[in-house]
Amino acid sequence: MKYWWFAILSLLIAMPASATTVDPEKRMFNIAQELRCLVCQNESIAASRAELAVDLRQQIRELIQAGRTDDEIRTYMVERYGDFVLYRPPMNATTVLLWFGPMLLFLLGLTILIMALRRRKARLVNTPLSAEDRKRAHALLAQTADSEKF
Amino acid sequence: MNRLLWPFAGFIVLVAFLAVGLTLKPSELPSPLIDKPAPNFSLPQLKSPENVFTSESMKGQVWLLNVWASWCAACLDEHPVISELANSGVVPIIGLNYKDVRSEAIAWLGRYGDSYTLSVSDTRGRVGIDFGVYGVPETFVIDKQGMIRHKHIGPVTQSAVRDTLLPLIRELQQ
Repeated sequence: MKYWWFAILSLLIAMPASATTVDPEKRMFNIAQELRCLVCQNESIAASRAELAVDLRQQIRELIQAGRTDDEIRTYMVERYGDFVLYRPPMNATTVLLWFGPMLLFLLGLTILIMALRRRKARLVNTPLSAEDRKRAHALLAQTADSEKF
Repeated sequence: MNRLLWPFAGFIVLVAFLAVGLTLKPSELPSPLIDKPAPNFSLPQLKSPENVFTSESMKGQVWLLNVWASWCAACLDEHPVISELANSGVVPIIGLNYKDVRSEAIAWLGRYGDSYTLSVSDTRGRVGIDFGVYGVPETFVIDKQGMIRHKHIGPVTQSAVRDTLLPLIRELQQ
């Protein structure tokens, strides 16, 4: 615990370094990781070896060199290939179901579960044992107790 | 019986969703460039690279931009259809020779016929990126004002020409 000030100091020293001098290749990779390759739709542009992905990585490099921000580069891609290139699509009329569909399904399931549980609870009324049932229960218990002896 | 009704209804809904899903083509993405101005480009002509073609020179007429390459098998499939459309004289077709080797592209045109108004070389695929090309062949319909009105992804078929391209071209030409 003595060295807490050291940890904070290291963080302070590291902070400006990460803010100003991000390796452009790393930046390219970060952007490309969030872009879908359109030829092989389940791969990112960072991961794909398709020629289009290679070209687009190069294009991102050049845009970084030209001083464009990450957001500008993403916009550049969306202008050409549409929202589909983004792995995190923006919310709009066509993607509402994509964003809220899982939540809706969850709520639907939850409602069904609660309804089923309530119905079950209503059916399980707390009825006391009848004298006859009690006798039978005693008999059964006595039986098992007997069999344990031998 | 009643107990089974709801699961069955859920099943039917699921089947309906999957059935619709099967008819969709996930490889054909809507282009964000539709009804937007076509990107301007200047590229050397394939057969005479000393001459530069600029897309602005097409202003005032409806034209097609057909993205093709000699390495692309599907381009060969659509080539007779594209050639027939070009030969009919209805609309000028500019070929965008995408990421190709010039000599191979010229040999390909020599072998299969060249009905393009002209083709331009996009050797590095830069103009392709501006047009959002992700699979060859692709065909763009561009109107008199230089706006992209339609994008056909994949090989152009006879029926696509008859049912989609020609009616649209006629409408835009008026």
